[in-house]
Amino acid sequence: MKPAEKEWTPKILAFLCNWCSYAGADLAGISRMQYPPNIRVVRVPCSGRVNPYFIIKALQRGWDGVLVSGCHPGDCHYISGNLVARRRFAVLKDLLEYLGIESGRLNFSWVSAAEGEKFATVVKEVVEKVKALGPAERLVKR
Amino acid sequence: MHNVENSIREAAKKLLSEKKVDLIVGYERGTLPLRTTPCFVDKAEDVRKLVWNENCDANLSKYLLSRKENVGVVAKGCDARSIAVCIFEKQIDKEKVVIIGAPCLGLIDKKKVKAKLDGRELLEATIEDEQIRLKGEGFELVFPKKDFICNSCLTCRHRNPPIYDVFTGEKVSEAEVDEFGEIADLEAKPAKERWEHFKEELDKCIRCYACREVCPLCYCKTCFVDQTMPIWFGKTNDLSDTMIYHLVRAFHVAGRCVDCGACSRACPMNINLREVVKKTEKIMKERYDYTAGLSLEKIPPLGEFKIDDSQEFIK
Ligand code: SF4
Ligand code: SF4
Ligand code: SF4
Ligand code: FES
Repeated sequence: MKPAEKEWTPKILAFLCNWCSYAGADLAGISRMQYPPNIRVVRVPCSGRVNPYFIIKALQRGWDGVLVSGCHPGDCHYISGNLVARRRFAVLKDLLEYLGIESGRLNFSWVSAAEGEKFATVVKEVVEKVKALGPAERLVKR
Repeated sequence: MHNVENSIREAAKKLLSEKKVDLIVGYERGTLPLRTTPCFVDKAEDVRKLVWNENCDANLSKYLLSRKENVGVVAKGCDARSIAVCIFEKQIDKEKVVIIGAPCLGLIDKKKVKAKLDGRELLEATIEDEQIRLKGEGFELVFPKKDFICNSCLTCRHRNPPIYDVFTGEKVSEAEVDEFGEIADLEAKPAKERWEHFKEELDKCIRCYACREVCPLCYCKTCFVDQTMPIWFGKTNDLSDTMIYHLVRAFHVAGRCVDCGACSRACPMNINLREVVKKTEKIMKERYDYTAGLSLEKIPPLGEFKIDDSQEFIK
């Protein structure tokens, strides 16, 4: 098949906290759970490490969607990294949506190391949402 | 108005002669009609230069950053609030500043005036009895003052400075307005239309950074757009880069912006920047019940967290 004929599939950048969601993804993997192969993972020490610039830059570079996943509130290895991050993400998401970025492109979840199944479900849902939106255009730098 | 002006002068004179401050930062008449310019007074006899009117639009809080001497500053509601934010953020030393609070009369928007002049030159303007008289060669026009009031003043709920050391004149009544009414229509639109709207608006931006330079809260030594190690976002006026500049600036002033409107007034391309930053105010109010610049103690939303913060957007 020529590239143009190939069906478009979304590219999703996932920032996963080392202590929970990354291990959750690992568990999904070793338990041989199926989930779409559209995500590329960046392992971060904590969801609090995810600078909003990372997310904005990903959108500018043409990633079709972004997923940030960390430990459940109360379970962060650095006590409150995810709580600080939660406010930041709320403001960032509200602002990006206000400017007209489709809400489905920005995704956040709490997935613990034991929640392999939740991880697989989250990825499936994110991929479905982004597929429905089609390729990213707004904010992408050409 | 004149009584406010007189009491500003008296307060300034007293502060200077009692050596409580070394300098007063206020406003003096500008060289053009409807203009004032920041004014620095260090001798008690010069206080008569100080004026107070609807054209005192500069937010003087920016002049207080990293001052060594003791300064008295004339401040409207929004100015005082941005000073409060800077004091909280340790950019202004409370011990070195005397806030001379004055009730705001509502500012005249020069761009609204210009629109009515049709390119003719304004030579003289007077404001009296809620009317504004514009004169130039071969024309004299009279309009109700309210036609020219800045949009930020039309939705202001803090005309009286909430924080001050000396209050001049008498407190004015605060309007019961819908603070976020201005952006309601836009918010109700589908994402695509909002995108089209902001695309059209922000595509006019020439990246002159006037909006950042006047913003009392954009005091960073190196702004993220000037940073080179690493270069986060491009410095071009490509739409994506421009959008991101405005998005990130809004994000940086979230929970700090006092809606003084200085960014909108400064923009040479007539972009209504308040439309962008206003949203941050709304987010702060709705999610965290917070209004910036009303207290010197309260921690702003992005400086703290609660275990039960809203998280409807997280799976
Ligand atoms: S835009 Fe952000 S980084 Fe730049 S001066 Fe303003 S607050 Fe600082
Ligand atoms: S962002 Fe604009 S309205 Fe808000 S404080 Fe800065 S200059 Fe004033
Ligand atoms: S003042 Fe206007 S043109 Fe200049 S950078 Fe700001 S938005 Fe762009
Ligand atoms: S360590 Fe996982 S979110 Fe902080």
